[in-house]
Amino acid sequence: MSLRCTLATARRVLAQLRHDHRTLALLLVVPCVLISLLAWIYDGTGTFDQIGAPLLGIFPFVVMFLVTSVATLRERTSGTLERLLTMPIGKLDFLMGYALAFGLLAVVQAVVASALSLLVLGLDVVGPAWLIVVVALLDALLGMALGLLVSAFASTEFQAVQFLPAVVLPQFLLCGLLVPRDRMNDVLQAVSDVLPLSYAVDAMRIVSSSPTVQGEVWRDLAIVGGAIVLALALGAATLRRRTP
Amino acid sequence: MVNNSPGPAAVAAQDLRVHRGGRAVLDGLSFEVPRGLVMGLLGPSGCGKTTLMRAIVGVQVVSGGRVEVLGLPAGSAPLRSRVGYVTQAPSVYGDLTVTENLRYFAAILGAADADVRRVVDQVGLSSQADSVAGALSGGERARVSLAGALLGTPELLVLDEPTVGLDPVLRRDLWQLFGRLASQGVTLLISSHVMDEAERCQRLLLMRDGRALADDTPQALLERTQTHDVESAFLALVDERARTTTEEVPS
Repeated sequence: MSLRCTLATARRVLAQLRHDHRTLALLLVVPCVLISLLAWIYDGTGTFDQIGAPLLGIFPFVVMFLVTSVATLRERTSGTLERLLTMPIGKLDFLMGYALAFGLLAVVQAVVASALSLLVLGLDVVGPAWLIVVVALLDALLGMALGLLVSAFASTEFQAVQFLPAVVLPQFLLCGLLVPRDRMNDVLQAVSDVLPLSYAVDAMRIVSSSPTVQGEVWRDLAIVGGAIVLALALGAATLRRRTP
Repeated sequence: MVNNSPGPAAVAAQDLRVHRGGRAVLDGLSFEVPRGLVMGLLGPSGCGKTTLMRAIVGVQVVSGGRVEVLGLPAGSAPLRSRVGYVTQAPSVYGDLTVTENLRYFAAILGAADADVRRVVDQVGLSSQADSVAGALSGGERARVSLAGALLGTPELLVLDEPTVGLDPVLRRDLWQLFGRLASQGVTLLISSHVMDEAERCQRLLLMRDGRALADDTPQALLERTQTHDVESAFLALVDERARTTTEEVPS
């Protein structure tokens, strides 16, 4: 591990984003537009209060999954990854650099979307607002780690984008947002139990509905954290210095 | 063998074999690159030049034989800051400026920020230093990629067709730069499929179908084949090889 290489990589990724104004705008504006749309659709019912907070966790997950899988694929196809792997940079430095840059972006995104929801759209959250941002950050890192992992199995950007419905949608359907997890049949519940997004959404639900921080939230976050580490480790294993 | 400086050869390959898709891309290649000179790696497209270079920088899965670089197994960690590699397709970030690209590579290598300006000057891109790499021409992007390999103090530069498609004046300037670097003790292994670049090299490795046709100085090569240019020497060697192999096959 070298802090110099990690920071240099994070700085470089942020510089790339800075040049790409449209992506940056989409990253910040789209979640806000969607959450506003949702508040409008459910105007007058209590549904927005129930699903608003979990969605604040799902947006960064989906966005970071997409951004990372395409960004890493571009590193692979443009030859820059191969170049870096001939240089004195560790695979972990490379991954951590991405995690740091996208994590920072995720915090900004979560703060903007949460502030809009809580202050303007009147989302009712009982728990502490800072915890919403923490959960959103972990969700973003989870999306990043999974995006990195699947990018190893895509050889074109078309394929990388197809992994979004393949990897993200099942987790979205089974995470307990559409149907509570305890009302699913045993098979679906068992599948839901092994999908990391279920715990992320569960944590958001608890934070938004209970005034004090409970042990369950920390347990959920620990599971999400474990999934991030696992996905990053598998992702690191797909970064090979030697290729055929 | 010419060896200008003490210590192990810059590159030493022994019976190097690489297979891809059941086909031998490198078929038992043995050669040495002495230190402090420009070695040309010449051969037609598809003869295994890039694969050989990848094996030397340690990113190629090798199925047999050995490659040592500066006395260490190719690809070992201590070599990563001592060997510069430039791929055939420029490997730079198209959405960053020339300077941003090079600053990043300099940070990874632990080179000073001031080094960035030196290499930008060396490849003649000073006026485009703040342009986004993606907006540059192919030749300019290739030079950004080359500049990245010049950062720090590389002892061996592995350059895959660095002068393809460049304006003749630039091509001459770059070859002068390569010569200067070699006189400072840097070893350069430069591939090309343009035979007329051979005369600028102090030593040549001619390749065809994953095998070495010749490993010699340009003068010795011309004398041995009794030809006047490297292209004819190449043809003479191919014919010679064809004769010997048909004689070997029992009819």
